[in-house]
Amino acid sequence: MSKDTSPSVHIMRSPLGRARGLGAAKHGAAHWWAERVTSVALLPLSLYFVVSVLILKGADHAAMAAYMAEPWNAVLFLLLIGTMFSHILMGLQVVIEDYVREEGKRLALLLVVKGGVWFLALAAAVSVLKLAFS
Amino acid sequence: MAEFSLPANSKIGEGKTYKAPAGAKRVKAFKVYRWNADDGKNPVMDTYEVDLDKCGPMVLDAIIKIKNEIDSTLTFRRSCREGICGSCAMNIDGTNTLACLKPIAEVKGEVKITPLPHMPVVRDLVPDLNQPYAQLRSIEPWLQAETAPPPDAERRQSKEERAEIDGLWECILCFCCSTSCPSYWWNGDRYLGPAVLLQAYRWIADSRDEATGKRLDALEDPFKLYRCHTIMNCTQTCPKGLNPAKAIGKIKQLMLERQG
Repeated sequence: MSKDTSPSVHIMRSPLGRARGLGAAKHGAAHWWAERVTSVALLPLSLYFVVSVLILKGADHAAMAAYMAEPWNAVLFLLLIGTMFSHILMGLQVVIEDYVREEGKRLALLLVVKGGVWFLALAAAVSVLKLAFS
Repeated sequence: MAEFSLPANSKIGEGKTYKAPAGAKRVKAFKVYRWNADDGKNPVMDTYEVDLDKCGPMVLDAIIKIKNEIDSTLTFRRSCREGICGSCAMNIDGTNTLACLKPIAEVKGEVKITPLPHMPVVRDLVPDLNQPYAQLRSIEPWLQAETAPPPDAERRQSKEERAEIDGLWECILCFCCSTSCPSYWWNGDRYLGPAVLLQAYRWIADSRDEATGKRLDALEDPFKLYRCHTIMNCTQTCPKGLNPAKAIGKIKQLMLERQG
């Protein structure tokens, strides 16, 4: 069977109908603001992380545990983990929404990526807590 | 996924070359995108050599000369030839601008001209702008107020209130900005684009308009507004020197302000 190459029209909905689409989702502002807040918060937190790595250079498990047993350190590390992973989560969501057009694929990829980020975030948080209470 | 190469039927080939007349001293080559729906062929870049001594100073002067004297089949939109109608928006030397405001002398080497990027092409340099026009209509770009205007008089604004829409009312809707925006390229069906968002803000910022909240409601959407990632191509390319990115920033600021 030869392939039909004759021109055909697939969309007859008016341009205005298409432009209005499904209407406004009535959200997005909080997401946008949280991206900004977490990125600013990550400046001092990342600095703290670098300083911690330098302090703990070559430290053994006991020294790490002692460091995390200090409440300030545990709290700042948990804060760093929460801020960083939520920033990663929101950033990756925007990248996927930008570049993956097909609705089903987009949803699937978003779920997989979000699941992965949550897994890593919780793994990091549990590690800190284990050290802090060891 | 996003497409990173042109579909097979959009690949651009080499076209014809129209040599300058003998005796021309200052010759400039114009490489122009050519495509029409009738011959079933891929687009090509035709080269026209123009004698600058017998041509006006702007790129629009050159393509009008080409159409009049060299190749009458060349198709493009133009009207006012002074940067006020927005018809002759096209991509010249890699940047979206108005052909009537772009001096030929600003382009080094041959002048490459293509239609506004990432829009369906009707023919040659004429893009199909139905989508941005409909998006403009969707933001209801007209004054909405319940308070009646003073009898037999216009609605009044203070000088300060009037100053709020400076840098907004000057937009001529040429869509150079929207078609320069990668976010609009990838998600133009849902993202409104810088030109339409600047227009939306023009009515949000107008002190005479009473529908501000409704207008913000209609924009609060991850795609309609928040696909703007402050890439700034819009502001860089605007042939009128306006700042759509700043207008979008103001809308985002107001979204935040009304939340708490």
